Amino acid sequence: MMSLFDSFLLRAAFAGTGVALAAAPLGCFVVWRRMAYFGDATAHASILGVALALGFQVPIFAGVLIVSLLMATAVSSLSGRGFAMDTLLGVLAHSSLAFGLVAVSFLQGVRIDLMAYLFGDILAVSRLDLAVIWGGAALVLVMLWARWSALLTATLSPDLAYAAGLNPKREQLILTIALALVVAVAIKVVGVLLISALLLIPAAAARPFASTPERMAFIAAGIGMLSALAGLQLSFVFDTPTGPTIVCFAAVVFALASLVDLVRQQRVSASH
Amino acid sequence: MSLIALKNLSVRYGGNTVLSNVTLAINPGEIVTIVGPNGSGKSTLLRSVIGAQKPSKGSVSHSPDLRIGYVPQKLHIDPTLPITVRRFLSLPDKVSDQQAADALEQAGAGQLASRQMAGLSGGQFQRVLLARALLCAPNLLILDEATQGLDQPGSAAFYQQIEAVRQSLGCAILMVSHELHVVMAASDRVVCLNGHICCEGEPEHVASAPEYRALFGSGTQGALALYRHEHNHSHDHSCGHDHGKDAPSALQSDAAGSDRKELQR
Repeated sequence: MMSLFDSFLLRAAFAGTGVALAAAPLGCFVVWRRMAYFGDATAHASILGVALALGFQVPIFAGVLIVSLLMATAVSSLSGRGFAMDTLLGVLAHSSLAFGLVAVSFLQGVRIDLMAYLFGDILAVSRLDLAVIWGGAALVLVMLWARWSALLTATLSPDLAYAAGLNPKREQLILTIALALVVAVAIKVVGVLLISALLLIPAAAARPFASTPERMAFIAAGIGMLSALAGLQLSFVFDTPTGPTIVCFAAVVFALASLVDLVRQQRVSASH
Repeated sequence: MSLIALKNLSVRYGGNTVLSNVTLAINPGEIVTIVGPNGSGKSTLLRSVIGAQKPSKGSVSHSPDLRIGYVPQKLHIDPTLPITVRRFLSLPDKVSDQQAADALEQAGAGQLASRQMAGLSGGQFQRVLLARALLCAPNLLILDEATQGLDQPGSAAFYQQIEAVRQSLGCAILMVSHELHVVMAASDRVVCLNGHICCEGEPEHVASAPEYRALFGSGTQGALALYRHEHNHSHDHSCGHDHGKDAPSALQSDAAGSDRKELQR
């Protein structure tokens, strides 16, 4: 059975689908709660985690997880305090990326391939990486599954959640931790610059075809996994970087979905 | 024993005191209406009751068997979030199709189960919010400006629905409204709020209180006079279930109240 993972292509395929599976339902919440920049800030900060992990010689996954957790918590506690959120998040996202890049340059004696962290290096996924990715993805899915109803209620209206005896701040924290986990496992697959794309695009592409939140999450997961596999295949055929190719495929699916939606809406309005 | 007791409640935002020293108790089955100008802390008071707002001073105590049905002021559903009425009713706790259908029926939204929330009209949306609030079999129904955005016949119809719901569930109702004459007609007790409780009591008492007049002027007097007339009529039967038959007519004539208040004067 383990021989199944011997081929680097198969490992890449499993890594891509694992990340897509966890990113899709979380991405739905990112879309519903308008947290797109929140994902960006967390993902961009993770390059700082890479630098710190290399500097202190701890596993990259651990460094990235800790820094993105800190960033996500900081952003989430700042939100709702009356700051101009989009400005603040933009400042945090880009400055943490810049600080991360500068920090990496200080690491002398360590030759690192910066591109691999910025755009991912899915073809170099090891068995250990695969275990980390699927472990993290499973943890995210279990967290979302367990709190799904409460998360949805808090997303619709914090006051509605309070009245039902739930604590929306706790639900926000769960999303924050899930986001940090997805960033930490996705960095190998699509890199820090494109993690947000993997969260947002499948969810946005699924929207026109869904009538309930659950269906949207399932369709998004399907689109995400399809994009991972198709992107891998296409990048092999055309010799293009894999992470960006996966995102390109998802973007084309989104464009087609939007087109179908547009045509359908015009038909509806024409028939009235 | 009261369902909810606020004791010397104060709430501060930053440097501003929004509520100071509010003491208020809601008893089972009574209808309490909070009136007050914009920024008087009405919504903050309701949010303190449901636990969404921590008091800076004082306390909020709930009776152990309290079940709150909360109808928020307005619920914005992001257009990226697809959700049917039926699915919405199962939040946060799953309910059976039968329960959902019963609640919709009770809220006057019978045929809406399969519709998308985003496609509902204002009146339909409020009824679905009411249906959701009814699903926990509440003994306290809280309504925050529930008729905002409805036209006058629409809001009169909505209050009739609420009255009918109270008749069948026997729950207490705590509501905030800017439609003074309509809500006061249906209330057992009115609390006039402006950062603190200015005055409270039966509708007639509050309407004639100088504190109330200072806040709202005498513009609503005519409408209230109309109400007083109808109310005497219904109280001849010493409340009980007759109240339910009379109240809607009181509400309905109130919808046309603005035209008739000159006559009352």
